[in-house]
Amino acid sequence: MKDILLQVSNLHAGIEGKEILKGIDLTVREGEVHAIMGPNGSGKSTLSEVLAGNPAFTVTEGTATLGGRDLLALSPEDRSHEGLFLSFQYPVEIPGVSMVNFMRAALNAKRKYFGEEPMSATDFLKLMRQKRAIVELDNKLASRSVNEGFSGGEKKRNEIFQMAVLEPRLSILDETDSGLDIDALRIVSGGVNKLRTDRNATIVITHYQRLLDYIKPDFVHVLYKGRIVRTGGPELALELEERGYDWLKD
Amino acid sequence: MNSLQQYLDIYTGERDLIDAHSAPLLNRLRPEAYEVLSSATLPAHGDENYVHTSPADIYAFDYGLNLSRLAFPADTARTFRCGVPNMSTLLGVVVNDTFAPSRTLRDNCPQGVSFLSLRRAAIEMPQLVERAYGSAADLSDPATALNTLLCQDGVLIHIAEGVRLEKPLQLVNIFSAPTSLLAPRRVLIVAERGSSAEILICDHTQDNSTHYLDANVTEIIVAEDARLDVCHIEESSALTARHANIYVRQAERSDFHFTEATLTCGTTRNNFSIDLSGAEASAQLASMAIASGRQTVDNNIVLRHLAPHTSSRQHFKYVLDDEARGTFSGRILVSAKAPYTDAFQTNRNILASSTARMHTKPQLEIYTDDVKCSHGATTGQLDSEALFYMQTRGIPEAEARHMLMQAFMADVIDTVRIEGLRDRLRHLVERRFTARHASGCTEGCMPNCNEHFTPQQ
Repeated sequence: MKDILLQVSNLHAGIEGKEILKGIDLTVREGEVHAIMGPNGSGKSTLSEVLAGNPAFTVTEGTATLGGRDLLALSPEDRSHEGLFLSFQYPVEIPGVSMVNFMRAALNAKRKYFGEEPMSATDFLKLMRQKRAIVELDNKLASRSVNEGFSGGEKKRNEIFQMAVLEPRLSILDETDSGLDIDALRIVSGGVNKLRTDRNATIVITHYQRLLDYIKPDFVHVLYKGRIVRTGGPELALELEERGYDWLKD
Repeated sequence: MNSLQQYLDIYTGERDLIDAHSAPLLNRLRPEAYEVLSSATLPAHGDENYVHTSPADIYAFDYGLNLSRLAFPADTARTFRCGVPNMSTLLGVVVNDTFAPSRTLRDNCPQGVSFLSLRRAAIEMPQLVERAYGSAADLSDPATALNTLLCQDGVLIHIAEGVRLEKPLQLVNIFSAPTSLLAPRRVLIVAERGSSAEILICDHTQDNSTHYLDANVTEIIVAEDARLDVCHIEESSALTARHANIYVRQAERSDFHFTEATLTCGTTRNNFSIDLSGAEASAQLASMAIASGRQTVDNNIVLRHLAPHTSSRQHFKYVLDDEARGTFSGRILVSAKAPYTDAFQTNRNILASSTARMHTKPQLEIYTDDVKCSHGATTGQLDSEALFYMQTRGIPEAEARHMLMQAFMADVIDTVRIEGLRDRLRHLVERRFTARHASGCTEGCMPNCNEHFTPQQ
């Protein structure tokens, strides 16, 4: 069996005193793709934000490790360095910070974390060019402010572009299919598939089975009221598409 | 005690000395200034326009005056780090309140451009100085009267009619004295009809251990169809106070841009008094203030639309950290004589700590119909969602904060029209935000710590 990458045990977390995650258990091994599905408000996005370290949420119980390291003890930036990547459902616009400066800061921070020298300007630009091609991201977007004025599809492509640059071990794609037309969906999921190796893993959070036609999951989990209530293979997603969530609610 | 008294006593005691080391045209206004001050007091905390800064307290400090014009040595190479890459300027230096004579400057001033000591100008160009000196300033203001009472030298910049200056002028003000010092700095800028010029003014302090006061009066006269860009960058020590009265008079179709960048300071109060006196005149005032520690930045603007079809833009931004204090008070006055006015004002502020304070007071006074005026002010914190987003990409929190603060100032820098200066300002702002974390930089946190400078002269 492959090594365990992410181990979440009995994770409880909430915001402003309201408990949203009520005991999550999840094991993700290298090379695997997990889909997390569930109705609105079940805690899907909270799980991704908590794993990424959003300070707005408080963990009240349980553990989470990434490659054996205590994830919950790390700052968001160190979680990133350790190989966690979150593709946001709503990527934030940052006026005045150019994509180039943003990516250079991100990349060099990671290199510094591992005791490496900053990347030379030439190598950096070469890398950007190479990674942009994976999601067909226009060079013009790279010279703009982060996500500012990007269309919905461009924002999502930009997320996968960043993922390509940072080469995470575990990627969490939060509703990456929302707001995408069929062409954009194909490009984005194509990008994700190109980045898959037998050493990294992906968690896909989605409402719809549609995305799973493009990114084939090994496991499908149903999250409901802060707990994983059902786990199965790809066929579970198809069943959900057909029957909805109601039959799982009891 | 009235904080003016010590200066009045000095004047009555040393009147001959003051006059002897100045010029008749500058001496001429002193008696009138003395009259004003005899029955005046400086505003103190609580006065309507001085809620958060007190000139009475600022001037009460026991500053020295350099009445006999001793030449204090200033190590310009060490202090002055305004080498602006990609920008070649014509440079003039003022040490405290004395214009440093420069052959280079004299020999290189283009035809129709005068950039020299105000005292010398008062002797060599009496007609101009008589016409312009004190013509824009309001002598009934006690701080202006005090400057007029004590000012012995200063700077004159004159651009003759129709002259279009290619190269920017750069004025560097340096504080350097063995003991605490008040410098009644005086600047007179006249851009004649149809001329155009760009002026960069940089303030520096030689040391971080002496108390200085820049008691500044600047008069700027922009004639018909003239275009003038002025950028003032303050990088003073924490022990430096600045109280500046900046008067601008604009004639028909004149186009004036002013950028104020307060990067480091002690206590700074800038009073802008801008009169759009001629039809179709336009003014733009952009400012960024970055304050940390216990620094105070207070900008007070009175911008008067006095003729039809005049337009103005004000864009003031502050980033305040630690226990810094910021004040913005901006008044747009549209007189009955100014229909079709187009005026816009914004003040946006970021409080980077829970102990920083910002006071903002935008005001509009409109006495005519058919105008387009708006104003707005916001004060908030750094966008926590943006901060988290950056952190999830591996950017450490402190660095992400600096990037966001820097980004916040980007649109102020973008308004600068002087070529080459935008890049320099970006660099200075970046240094300002990162300097605090630079090693070996605990005192004063000058943005240019350890930066090597090559003098341009």
